[in-house]
Amino acid sequence: MRNFATLTRMRIQLTLRNKMFLFFTVLMPFAFFFLYAGVFAKGQPMVVKFFLGPVVALTVMGSFWGLSAALVMFREQGILRRFHVTPVTASDMLASSIVANYILMFPTVLLEFFFARSIFHVTNFGDLLATFILISIGTISFASLGLVVASVTNTMQETQVINQLLWLPLIFLSGATFPLAFLPHVVQNVSLFLPATYLVQGLRRAIFESAPIGDHNILVSLGSLVFWAVLTFFLSAQLFRWEPEVKVPRKAKLLVIATIIPFLLLGFWENKYGDIPAQAQSAFDSLNGPQKTAPPPNSPKEPDSPK
Amino acid sequence: MGNPIIQVENLVKSYGNVQAVRGVSFSVEEGEVFGLLGPNGAGKTSTVEILEGLRDLDGGRVSVCGLDPQRDSQSLKHEIGAALQSTSLPDKLRVMEALRLFSSFYKRHRNPEELLKRFGLEEKRNAFYSQLSGGQKQRLALAMALVNDPKMLFFDEPTAGLDPQVRREIYDIIEELKREKKTIVMTTHYIEEAERLCDRVAIVDHGKVVALGTPRELKTRSGGSTRIEVRLAKPEPDGALQKLDGVADARELDGAYVIHSHRPPQTIVAIVKHLEAQGNELVSLEIASPSLEDVFIEMTGRRLRD
Repeated sequence: MRNFATLTRMRIQLTLRNKMFLFFTVLMPFAFFFLYAGVFAKGQPMVVKFFLGPVVALTVMGSFWGLSAALVMFREQGILRRFHVTPVTASDMLASSIVANYILMFPTVLLEFFFARSIFHVTNFGDLLATFILISIGTISFASLGLVVASVTNTMQETQVINQLLWLPLIFLSGATFPLAFLPHVVQNVSLFLPATYLVQGLRRAIFESAPIGDHNILVSLGSLVFWAVLTFFLSAQLFRWEPEVKVPRKAKLLVIATIIPFLLLGFWENKYGDIPAQAQSAFDSLNGPQKTAPPPNSPKEPDSPK
Repeated sequence: MGNPIIQVENLVKSYGNVQAVRGVSFSVEEGEVFGLLGPNGAGKTSTVEILEGLRDLDGGRVSVCGLDPQRDSQSLKHEIGAALQSTSLPDKLRVMEALRLFSSFYKRHRNPEELLKRFGLEEKRNAFYSQLSGGQKQRLALAMALVNDPKMLFFDEPTAGLDPQVRREIYDIIEELKREKKTIVMTTHYIEEAERLCDRVAIVDHGKVVALGTPRELKTRSGGSTRIEVRLAKPEPDGALQKLDGVADARELDGAYVIHSHRPPQTIVAIVKHLEAQGNELVSLEIASPSLEDVFIEMTGRRLRD
């Protein structure tokens, strides 16, 4: 436990000394934030609030980039070997990565909420508890995804390629960049198989529609992300390699497929019985005012006037 | 023998189809400096990393500090200190932070301030790891091996790639540790390092121990003969030098002839006369008392730095 604490402190210190980190973890999310809030939402408080979920989700999901890259670099440079000859365990190493990432990411999210309030006059942030828990679970599960990527790639180049391949569908098919309501029906169906969708839609529902923890779809989001975080963390601990020349074992690929199964099942279930796309649609429609579509039963009572 | 702190019996380790360690056996006494001497790829590092609990063995039996490195690796790691080969620290970690961080991992620890002073790193305490010179990095690596005040130390090629002056600094440090009665297992491919620092040396080649003993024992084993190395203008036919006065052994090695002689003055005269008669010429001549290098050449037919 003490090893975990001192390692976490080291990771935070090192990350703060790294300029690349500041770019990806601080500047990029704010660039997204101002793009969405200023350009897409044209600064209208109601629309900014609608986009806050996706923007926060992007910040949270971005975790896995830095985390996988840092771990692979540690391994390639023989830094992990040095820790291996001490009593530090793989779980110490992995858990400290996740916690350090969480501590570093949180101020960025808080600043996004702060800017939404101070610059764009968003006065109500929906259900804060549900939002907080979703952000926390989301950060941990996407950080674990980064650790799995680090475990199943041998070199930095491989890591970056896999990261790109994961990142694009995660941001484009989940509603994080284009609202789910915008996307064709087929893509909506596909999106229900992606963990990112449950984070993005869960956050939108908690922030924009003020849905509490007990809400059905919030529970679906939380449950699936918690399950996935546990699974990916366990997997990354199993596949953890200290030595640069030890290659990914064959069984690794099978185990990785195992992490996809829960979302495969959930995706089928939600496609058949769920109402996530419908909810996303009505939330989106509510932005265009009640004259076009009837407000959804659970639409927020906002003091800010919609467009 | 007294009290072995390390016992290795018939150790085997393979990587894919390559057998890196092929039945290595030795034991190390408490307080001893034990050297594994051999060329790169001889299996020294694999052997040491199995002892440290970093790698699993494929065959044989190993015990370190009374523990099995594979089964009890967690408790073993509290007892040992190591300076590994091809390792590094994060670029942006400061020297003092590294010492503090690593000492926090152990139940028992030594004052990092004292280690900093002892290894001459006081001025560098706030320097980033990336700002250190090769020698400073190596001194830090040795200091870090001591953060838990271990009885048992492993140094894998502690002076590889360092310039001669820095190498001597590292020798002084290891000699001091030796006076403190630390048990040290070190690997090296430098003869002088093994001769100067090690109480006993195992010469390792192609994954096997080819000779084992104190440096003195090993040298007398090579026949106690003087080594004469000559370079000639023209090559000599096989066996011609072997027949000369006092010659115990003569062989060609990298374009030179290495001759071992029991009566060096007579042999030299005989060589000169022989060459004159053949119309050959002496280009250079070196005479040395036998060294571990000769033992190595004798056992393997190759130079150590091949």
